[in-house]
Amino acid sequence: MRALRDQVPGRLDVERVRRDFPILQQRVHGRPLVYLDSAATSQKPRSVIDAVARYYLEDNSNVHRGVHLLSERATQAYEAAREKVRRFVNAAHAHEIVFVRGTTEAINLVAQTWGRTHVRVGDEIVITVMEHHSNIVPWQMLCEEKGAVLRVAPMDDDGTLLVDELERLIGPRTRLLALGHVSNALGTINPVRRIVELAHQRKVPVLVDGAQAVPHLAVDVQALGCDFYAFSGHKLFGPTGIGVLYGRSELLEQTPPWQGGGDMISSVTFEKTTYNKLPHKFEAGTPDIAGAIGLGAAIDYVSALGLPRIAAHEHDLLSYGTEALRKVPGLRLIGTAKDKASVLSFLLGDVHPHDIGTVLDREGVAIRTGHHCAQPLMRRLGVAATARASLAFYNRREDVDALVSGLHKVREVFG
Amino acid sequence: MKSELRDLYQEVVIDHSKKPRNFRKPEGANRTAEGINPLCGDEITVYLKLSGDVIEDIGFQGAGCAISKASASLMTAALKNKTKAEAEALFERVHSMVSEGPKSKVDPEELGKLAVLSGVWEFPARVKCATLAWHTLRSALDGSGAPVSTE
Repeated sequence: MRALRDQVPGRLDVERVRRDFPILQQRVHGRPLVYLDSAATSQKPRSVIDAVARYYLEDNSNVHRGVHLLSERATQAYEAAREKVRRFVNAAHAHEIVFVRGTTEAINLVAQTWGRTHVRVGDEIVITVMEHHSNIVPWQMLCEEKGAVLRVAPMDDDGTLLVDELERLIGPRTRLLALGHVSNALGTINPVRRIVELAHQRKVPVLVDGAQAVPHLAVDVQALGCDFYAFSGHKLFGPTGIGVLYGRSELLEQTPPWQGGGDMISSVTFEKTTYNKLPHKFEAGTPDIAGAIGLGAAIDYVSALGLPRIAAHEHDLLSYGTEALRKVPGLRLIGTAKDKASVLSFLLGDVHPHDIGTVLDREGVAIRTGHHCAQPLMRRLGVAATARASLAFYNRREDVDALVSGLHKVREVFG
Repeated sequence: MKSELRDLYQEVVIDHSKKPRNFRKPEGANRTAEGINPLCGDEITVYLKLSGDVIEDIGFQGAGCAISKASASLMTAALKNKTKAEAEALFERVHSMVSEGPKSKVDPEELGKLAVLSGVWEFPARVKCATLAWHTLRSALDGSGAPVSTE
């Protein structure tokens, strides 16, 4: 953290930031690692790794149970992490922050609790064509169970959501609108605030999949007005295995618990169990305490850098990268919406993205190739897969240059 | 170019991936199976014209990476007029070569053109690409036609 505090306001000092990420210092296949896969999972600063280690070295104990000092410390640290998350997304109350395993679990939780109690036969759930599988399949499962219908809002060829069409899909039978804040495969930033307004005019609650948004944008759930907001710790420079479901109190109160077990109860007899209050009602069993603490440390780190400064740096990288990739002969960018996060999806001639990925890997450049868990989106685009370079604040222009020279190598191999 | 990359993307591999042989549904095909690699979305259909135990004709269609396409193309070229048992035996040897590399008992030289796939073992993430067509072939051969998945 010291390196961060030394940062002067203004531009991000990338070289200094990179020193906080030990993993980035290595060589792969004899080349310096160029990590361009942060949309799959981000790397972790030393402060996060240290926070997790310190918890296990000094405070490890179960939460909300013991009267002993370690348990008090663990509980305090766990609940402090919840408060950090609350502040980070500007939720009104800490009890609106539920710790889960990740975005996928958060969405499944809503589908299987709120969804199961509010969705009936003939009802409709609206999603968009650019959703990740984790914001499609849980709703499909719910629709199948209830005899409800999934409706899909379209986008244009650039990857911009057609909001007017989306609006038309919201009808009297719509029970929920679920959409991604930022598309993982295209980088498109959706106008969530406006969409929430449209949905709320028709009394339709909105769930936002924020997995790809929180690492790039300052998210204010009250300003967005959304009813549920889900994200993962590991894409936000925190540990894997921890994530967040934000839900407005009013909705969470109306929602039955999901898993039963310890911590989610007030009292249990064999005749009847009364459930604990929010958020514990949704946190059955011993949670990922270390993960939550690590996530809290990640939020501290990101907040110290400042999301506006991160966004400015990434915007510069995205423009630089977009220009540089456009100059590569035969390269086609997939996803060119006006409002974009730092994701560069592309195709190169008729070279399959997997082959691109393999050649780049040997050049030290790590990218993601494939359908990005968005097969319906790939079908809409008429491609089987894309290659995707995703940038984080620890990336620099040299990383983009390494990508470009790797792509020239790809062209050399495939002639 | 790095030598492992040169081993993986040999000229013959690139050639077969760009101009796949038997990239068609053969006339009179009487066996077919589909294979997918859910990780990358690759899809392939293998068609066979079996006459008794003999593969009289074989073809494939689909989309995939250079490795999966080249492997499928080379497979179809190698299996024409082979018996079911010969095809199965060849699959075993190819599988051993691409997954075990130098530890394999199979000498790539004995596999003719298929030897160009020997570089795959250095890329563990790509073994599934090289074997997708073969797994699909097996499903077509055993008559089940059950969709094959690499996962």
